Amino acid sequence: MSKRSVDRRNFLKGAAVTGAAALVPDAVASAAQGPAPAAAGQGQRPAAAPTSAREIDPRGEAEPLTTDRPGGDFMVDVLKSLNLEYVASNPGSSFRGIHESIINYGGNTMPEFITCCHEESSIAMAHAYFKVEGKPMAVLCHGTVGLQHAAMAIYNAYCDRVPVYIMAGNSLDATMRRPGVEWAHSVQDAAAIVRDFTKWDDNPVSLPHFAESAVRAYKIAMTPPMMPTLIVLDGGLQEDPIPSEVAARLRVPKLTLATPPQGDSGAVAEAARLLVNAQNPVIVADRLARTPAGMARLVELAEALQAPVIDQHGRMNFPSKHPLNLSESAGQLIANADVILGLELTDFWGTVNGFRDSLVRTSRSRIRPNTKLISITAVDLYTKSNFQDFQRYPEVDVAMAADAEATLPAITEAVKKLTTADRRTAFAERRTRLEQMHARARDAARAEAAIAWDASPISTARLAAELWAQIKTDDWSLVSESGNTSGWAFRLWDFEKSYQHLGDSGGAGVGYGAPAAVGGALANKKHGRLSVNIQGDGDFLYAPGVWWTAAHHQIPLLTVVHNNRAYHQEVMHIQRMANRHQRGITRAAIGTTITDPNVDFAKVAQGLGLYAEGPVSNPNDLGPALRRALAVVRKGQPALVDVVTQPR
Amino acid sequence: MLIAALVLAGTVAGAQTQAPAGQAAPAAPPGNAETGKKLFVANGCYQCHGYEGQGGSAGARLAPRPLPWAALSRYVRRPANQMPPYTEKVLPDADLAHIYAYLQSRPAAAAPASIPLLQP
Repeated sequence: MSKRSVDRRNFLKGAAVTGAAALVPDAVASAAQGPAPAAAGQGQRPAAAPTSAREIDPRGEAEPLTTDRPGGDFMVDVLKSLNLEYVASNPGSSFRGIHESIINYGGNTMPEFITCCHEESSIAMAHAYFKVEGKPMAVLCHGTVGLQHAAMAIYNAYCDRVPVYIMAGNSLDATMRRPGVEWAHSVQDAAAIVRDFTKWDDNPVSLPHFAESAVRAYKIAMTPPMMPTLIVLDGGLQEDPIPSEVAARLRVPKLTLATPPQGDSGAVAEAARLLVNAQNPVIVADRLARTPAGMARLVELAEALQAPVIDQHGRMNFPSKHPLNLSESAGQLIANADVILGLELTDFWGTVNGFRDSLVRTSRSRIRPNTKLISITAVDLYTKSNFQDFQRYPEVDVAMAADAEATLPAITEAVKKLTTADRRTAFAERRTRLEQMHARARDAARAEAAIAWDASPISTARLAAELWAQIKTDDWSLVSESGNTSGWAFRLWDFEKSYQHLGDSGGAGVGYGAPAAVGGALANKKHGRLSVNIQGDGDFLYAPGVWWTAAHHQIPLLTVVHNNRAYHQEVMHIQRMANRHQRGITRAAIGTTITDPNVDFAKVAQGLGLYAEGPVSNPNDLGPALRRALAVVRKGQPALVDVVTQPR
Repeated sequence: MLIAALVLAGTVAGAQTQAPAGQAAPAAPPGNAETGKKLFVANGCYQCHGYEGQGGSAGARLAPRPLPWAALSRYVRRPANQMPPYTEKVLPDADLAHIYAYLQSRPAAAAPASIPLLQP
C-alpha cells in the first residue's frame, strides 16, 4: 500500500472535498455506504473499498488543476544539497514530475539535465564522470523499461566499484495509473531488477522518507567499496502538491560522508615488516587510486621501499614514466618476488597464477613457494553472491579488509620507521637495477612500435604515436578503455595525472566505451582539458546516439575509431574452438566480423552532429586527419576520425 | 596432480624435439612468401599477431626475424600457452612452410631513432 494514495486523498480531502461532495455520482456515493446485495443470478462481487475522492468525476468544477509546490520541487532541494552537477536521462513519463522540477524550479542547474538516447548511455556516462570528477553523477530512468536498458551499464559500474546515483520513476498506486502504457511501465519492486548489482536501494513512500533515503543513498554509494545505489521515485510523490502537514516537517538532512576504512594497525605493521625485509618486493595496483591522492601515496610508498610497481590500470595509479613503473615486466617480477602487495586487485589469484584455456583446462602458480601475499581491498567488506565478478579465491598471508588508498599512509610511515641504514643501502641498489629495467622497457617499446610502422591497415602503435605527437603539450585526458590497442598508449605516452586514464568498464560489457568517453569528457569540460577516446568499432555500434548527446551538449572530445572491422575478441574465441575441434578457422569470421558492408563511422557520426573524417587507411594520412579533428575539438566540439587498424 | 603431469609432459615433449647437440637445426621446407601471405590471412594468424606478424597484446611477435623453423613449427602444433593448436589436418606442413616464408620475407623495422614520432 503506497503512502502516496493516502497523501493524495488527504490533500484532496483538505482542498476540495467540500465542493466535490455534491458532485459524487450516486453509484459512487452508494458504494461508499457499503455494498448492495448481489442480484439474483449474479456472482458476488468483492466488497467495494471506500472510494477516494480522487475517483470522483474529474469534470467537477472544484477539482484542483494546478499547484505551485509539487513534491518534485522538494526532491530537487534535496538533490541540490548533494552537489550533483548533472543528471543524465532519456526522458520518461514515470519521472516527468521531477524532470519538470529540475528544469524549471531548479533552473536546470545543479543538476543540469543531460539528454541521452539510451539508459545504458546515461549510466556509462555517469560511471566515467565519477572517475574524472571523484563524485557521483545522477541518472534518471523509468523504473521498468529504462532500468532494464540501464542494467548492463549498472553492472559495469558495480563491477568497477564506481558510485552512480540512480533514480527510477514508478507508479505504485494502481488506482492512480493511467490506463495502458503506465501499467506496462509500473512495477511492484523496481529495484529488484538490479538489486544483485547495486549496493543499496529504497522506495520512499513520503517526501521526508525520500529526503533521508536520498542522502543515505549518496553516502552509501560513496563509502568504499563504492557502488551504484538506486532510489525509486513514486509518481505521486513527484507530481502531487506537498501536503501541508508534510510540508511542516520537511527538511534536507545533512550529508556526512563516512571516512574510508583503514587497515587494522597490527596488519599494517606486519605488512610493513614483510615489505622492508623482502629482497624482491613487488607492489601491484589495480583499482587503487580513487582520488588524486592515491597516486601520490603510492609513489611515496614505492620510493620508501624502492620497490617496483605493476599498474594493472584499473585506475590511474602510478606515473608511466616513473623509474619504478615496471608494469611491462610484470611476469618476471611476479615470478621472482618474495613479497607481493596487492592494492585493490580485481583478481589476486589471476595475478599470481596462470590459467590455460585449452581442451583440458590447467593452471599453475607463477610465484615461488614461500612468496608472501598481502592484500588490501575494500571489496572484502562487501561481497554479493549471484554475479561472480569476485574471481577465484586468493590464498594470501595478510588480508586487510580496508580501503587501500586510505591505508597507504600508515604503511608508508611504518616502512620508514622500520628501514635501517643497511636496508636503505639495499633499497638504493635495488632502485638502480629497476631504473635500468624501466629504461630498457621504454626502449623496447619504441623498437617494437617501429615494426609495421608503414603498414595498412594502420598499426595500433602508429595510431598511438600519431595521437601522442599531437596532444602531448595539451592538458589531456584519455577517457577511453585502452585494452584493445595492445597497451600502446601506456608504453609510449607520459601518464602523470590522475585524470589521464580512467580504467575500464569493470564488467567487460561491450557498449561502455562510447558513452564512458562522453561522460569523462563531460567531466573534463569545465577544466578545459582535451579529452581523447580510442573507440572500438563494435562498441561504437551499441548505442551510437551518445554522439548526438556529445554534439547537443557541446562536449569537446576527440574520438579515434580503432576500426578493425570485427568483434575481435570473439573472432579469437571462435578460432580457438575451431582449431580445438580440428575444423580449421577459415569460417571464424561468420558472426564475428563487421564487414559486408563496412560501417562508415564518419558518416554515422556526421549524421549525429559531429565533425568526422574517414575511413583513414594510409598511415601517412592519419596525422593530418587528427590535426583537422583536433582543431574542431579545441573549439569546444566533438570530432571523430575513423581509422582502419590492425586487429590489436 | 593432473596439472603438474601435463606441464611435465609438455617439457619432456619439448626436450625430445630439440636437435641433438652439434647438429644443425632442420631447415625450413621451401615456401613461397606471396602464397604464405595469403595463408597467413586465411588461417587467421594475423588476428593475434598482426598482418605483418608484428605481435601485440593477443599474440607474440613473429616477424621480422622469426623463430627457427623447428621451434616455430613445433609450437604451432603444440602451443604451450593460449594459442589454439594448428594440427596437420587444418594446416598442412606445406602451407605452414609458405607462411614461414612470408614471415622470413618481412623487412627489418626502421631504427626508432629514424622515426621522429618515436623519439623519447
